[in-house]
Order: sequence, then structure tokens, then C-alpha cells
Amino acid sequence: MSVPRAVRRGRPELYSDYAADMALLNTPAKRAWSAAILVAAVALPLLLDRDLLGLATQVVVYALAGIGLNLIAGYAGQLSLGHAFFMGLGAYTAALLGGTGGATVRGYELDLLVWLPLAGVVPALFGWVVAPLAARVKGLYLAILTLGLLFVGEHVFKEASWLTGGSGLGRAPAEAVVLGFDLYEARVLLGREIPAEGVFYLFCLILLVVLGVLARNLARSRTGRAFAAVRDRDIAAEVMGVPLVRTKRLAFTLSSFYAGVAGALLTVLLGYTTPERWNLLLSIDFLAVVLIGGVATVTGPIAGAAFVVLMPRFIETFAGSLPFIAGTVGAPGILNVFQLQRMLFGVMIVVFLVLEPRGLFGIWIRVRNYFRAWPFSY
Amino acid sequence: MLAVQNLEVVYEDVILVLKGVSLAVPDGAVVALLGGNGAGKTTVLRAITGLLDVHRGSVTKGSVTLDGEPIHALDAPAIVAAGIGQVMEGRRIFSEFTVDENLRVGGHRAPRAEIPARLDRIYDLFPVLAERRRSVAGYLSGGEQQMLAIGRAMMAEPRVLLLDEPSLGLAPLVVQRIRDLIVDINRAGTSVLLVEQNANMALSIADHGYILETGKVVMDKPAAELREDEDVREFYLGLRQEGAASFRDVKHYKRRKRWLS
Repeated sequence: MSVPRAVRRGRPELYSDYAADMALLNTPAKRAWSAAILVAAVALPLLLDRDLLGLATQVVVYALAGIGLNLIAGYAGQLSLGHAFFMGLGAYTAALLGGTGGATVRGYELDLLVWLPLAGVVPALFGWVVAPLAARVKGLYLAILTLGLLFVGEHVFKEASWLTGGSGLGRAPAEAVVLGFDLYEARVLLGREIPAEGVFYLFCLILLVVLGVLARNLARSRTGRAFAAVRDRDIAAEVMGVPLVRTKRLAFTLSSFYAGVAGALLTVLLGYTTPERWNLLLSIDFLAVVLIGGVATVTGPIAGAAFVVLMPRFIETFAGSLPFIAGTVGAPGILNVFQLQRMLFGVMIVVFLVLEPRGLFGIWIRVRNYFRAWPFSY
Repeated sequence: MLAVQNLEVVYEDVILVLKGVSLAVPDGAVVALLGGNGAGKTTVLRAITGLLDVHRGSVTKGSVTLDGEPIHALDAPAIVAAGIGQVMEGRRIFSEFTVDENLRVGGHRAPRAEIPARLDRIYDLFPVLAERRRSVAGYLSGGEQQMLAIGRAMMAEPRVLLLDEPSLGLAPLVVQRIRDLIVDINRAGTSVLLVEQNANMALSIADHGYILETGKVVMDKPAAELREDEDVREFYLGLRQEGAASFRDVKHYKRRKRWLS
């Protein structure tokens, strides 16, 4: 059933069927903003220097992992602390397949087209295997169970030195080469030289857009509704014919896929990785990405990732002008920059939980609703 | 026909809740299951829809069959697929979903192509829901939420619909509407097992009634006979031949329950 253009004019909120209501870009404003943000994101490599481009890439990769965590923790409501482990699994799968071997570590120097999909698939398979165990418990118990997974994983990573280089030593990541084309090498684009970070940034951005749209699309599908039904009322969902274990398992598998891909990209970006990196703190970083960004949204984790990645840099840059903050460890001052970062980080999570549980996305919704109703108050 | 034979259910391996319950819901019938608090009514429904394991209960004896096929060993989604729908006590709608989305979850196992047709059928049956299809379900009134819960279960097009206290917490007028809806649903060909505290409402539409007390079926008669039965009138319908009851009369109640020998 379609409504004539003349009737639709000036009524962006007029929907005549569910499909139109649920469409990804259902209002002209959304279409315009999405296009503008995308253009800005693509133009970044022309505007920023190498250092900031590296940071921007990190935002993109964190957003990817955040979207993955939001699938399981936000949409399906299963709090997982094991996200860092799945990222590590993806990173090492990639490093093993796409990295160079050495005296202590193995590497098969395969193409990115091989290692990147597998960096997602291997953690996904692992998630698929452990999910039935995890599906037996919920809430805090699930958090503890996944925490256990994280610790076991960290230990295994430390011991498997042929894979990870061993505790404290680490190894080089996979080479980001697609059919001979190096994605981590400076290129000339539109007559301008783009640094290696910029090229890799664009590649990650494409992945983010593709996987982000997939996640958003999943959220509005039958599967997405099943996730939310399991989250909100698991027993009622079961009497509707939503299989609990299978649904949770699917959420776990998909989330692990995203985590694995993000882990692999993160190591490529950082150029080096030790087994200690994939620890609880990293998992908590991603919980922060989700909580600050917005639970059960796709745009939220992108904003959350920007916040989590950029805030430490912001503090680092401006803390120097504060008298009692030491720029480096050991310098005079009450706190050093890193302590300040951690503290502010914790404070921000608490502030968001108390004041704006829907995160940055919630703030955006309020602003949007204000202007949508303007000049009326509601 | 949905049949429960000699069902025994134990919670946590120690609490014997159902002590050999048998009942039958013939095709196209409305069957009422009455009983006081703690009689085991909800447990019967849980046993039928495979939700016992969530509550740490298990069937230790007896069987549940749908057209002769045993279903008590299946898991909940498979039982839904076999054609049994349940409307849970206290509605349990997905309060953050819209009405439309709630119904779509109800059709989780339905073929995709059939969903629009099923939605239309539900909206025909519940015009109130059609008006509010885009509203968030949590903001619906109690009566509307109950209708949504029933509509959601009907999305799976069950052959047998189990209703757990659909009148709970609703105004008498709304209870009348729910009652009429159950009649409509039944006329369209769905058999109904109605679990109620509101015996008056249940017996007014049921063909057959069972009375459950402390895990046993103590009475099993056509609804018309139950409505006339002296004890049922007293204990479940709150009607008495004589005038106002004094406390002394109340004390006599226990003695006069003839079915508890």
C-alpha cells in the first residue's frame, strides 16, 4: 500500500506499512545525515595527519567490536565479559594465517581474503561451541562464566608461544595484503598522498559500514526480535516458539565473529601484540563502548568507540596545562595522566548509567525529538 | 484432542504438586480448569507447554498427548510447533516492543509469507490492537495488554489455546470482553483450555469443567452441571441459598466439601 507523494509531502513520519516504518533510512533527515557523516568519514584521510588517522582507525575498529558486543549484550541481553578473548582468538588466527613465521612463532603468509574471514569464523565457531554452556545461566552468573573463559583464554595465549610469541614477548600481526595490494602502505588518491594509516582506515571503514548495516538489518528482522524477546521475557519467548538455546547461541556466534574481525584489524593497526593485551580491561573497554554509546543500538557503539578512544588522547593533550597532573609516570604531581584517564573513564560510566542509561544515543534521541516536535514542547 | 493422563509433577525433586491429574480437551471445546491458589492449575499448563524445566520441575509419571502423539518429552518451541499456544498468567508482553512487533514475535515460527495475513486476522479479531499497532506495548491498558497477549499466542495459529487467568486484574466489563473474545476464538475452530479463578466467567463459556484441589482432580463434569452443583456454587461461585454467612457457617465449609473424603 503506497501513499501518493502529494499526501506524504511534509509528513516524514507518515508510514502506511510496517516495512516503511522499519526501513533503515526511513526519514529524509536520516538519509541526509547518514550521507553527510559517510562523506565526512571518507574525507578524513585527506584532512588528518598519520597520528590522528591511526586514532581514527582505532575508533572504527573499536566500533566494530562494540557492535559485536552489543549484539550479545544489548540486543540479546546476555552480559559477556569474554569479548576480549574472542578478539584475541581472531587476532591470533589472523596472525597465524597471514603473518610471517620466525624462530619462535609460526606464520603462513596467506592473503587477507583468507585470514580476515577466518579471523571471524574461528572465534564464531568457538562461540558456537561454548554457547550452550553459557545459555544455561544468565545475568551475573553468565558474566562470571565468560570471565572464566577470558582467564582460561589468557593463560592459553601465554603458554602457546608458537602462536602468540609467549608471555611478554608477543608477535607481529598478519600482513594486510589483498592479492598483492598492500592495504598498509601510503597511496596517492585524487592527486593527494594518503599515509598508510589512511589507506587502512578506509578499508576498516568499509568493513564497519558493511558489518554495521548487517547488524542493524539483523536487529529489525525476525532474528533480532527473537534476541530482544529472549532479553525481555525469556520464558514468554519460549512459549511463543522462540528456541532459547538456539537464539542465544546465534547471538554468541555472531558477536564472536565481529569480535574476531575487530581483534585481527586491531593487531594490524597496532603492529604488535602480546598475550596480555586480551584481558579483562579490554573487555571492560568494550562494555564502556556499549554503555556510553547506547545499549541495543548500532550507531551508539560508534559514538561510544569515538568517546572511549579519543577521551584518553584528549586528556593527555590538555592535562599538561593542569598544575597537579604529571605528564609521565614518575614526574611530580598528585596524579599522572594515565591514572586520570582511568578515573575519568570509571566516572563517565557511572555518570552515564545514572543520568542517561541510553548513552550518547539517548542524548541524540532527545535532541532529535525536541526538533521533531518544534515549536511545540511535545 | 489434547489429553493429559495421570500426570504427576515434582518440583525440585521433592515437592509433589500434581498427584495424577487427567483431563481432556476435545477438538473445538472450551474446557475450564478451576481451583484455588496452589491447587496446581498453572503447573498443569507448564507441564503441557514444556516449561517445567525452567521452574526446576519434572514429570515423573503420566503423559501429555496431542492426538495420541506424546508431547511431554518435547521442548517448548517444538510444542508450539505441534499446535499448542499458551497465554501466560500476568500477560508477559514484551513491553518495549510495539504491538505489531509483539505479534510478529508470536509468529516466530510462522512462514514469512503468511505473517501479513495472520496479522490481518488478529487485527480483525482485535480492532483495539489495530488502532494501536504502532504503540509501545508497555503503554497499553491492562485489558489491551491481555488482548495483545492472546493475539500474540494466536499468531502461531495453535489448535489448542491455553489461557492462564486471562481475567486477572481486569475490570468486570473488560472481563466480559475477554470472555467474548475467547468465545469468538473458539468458534473459529481453536480448542481452549481456560484456567481461571473467576469460576463464574469460566463456567459461563465452558463445555466441560475440571476442579483441581491440592494436585488432584476432585470433580469432572459438564459445565452446565457444575454451575448447578451445590458445592461449586458455594465454594467457587460464591452463591448460597441462605442469607448472609456468619463465621460459624464459614467454619462448616470444610466439613461440607463432600469430594474430599
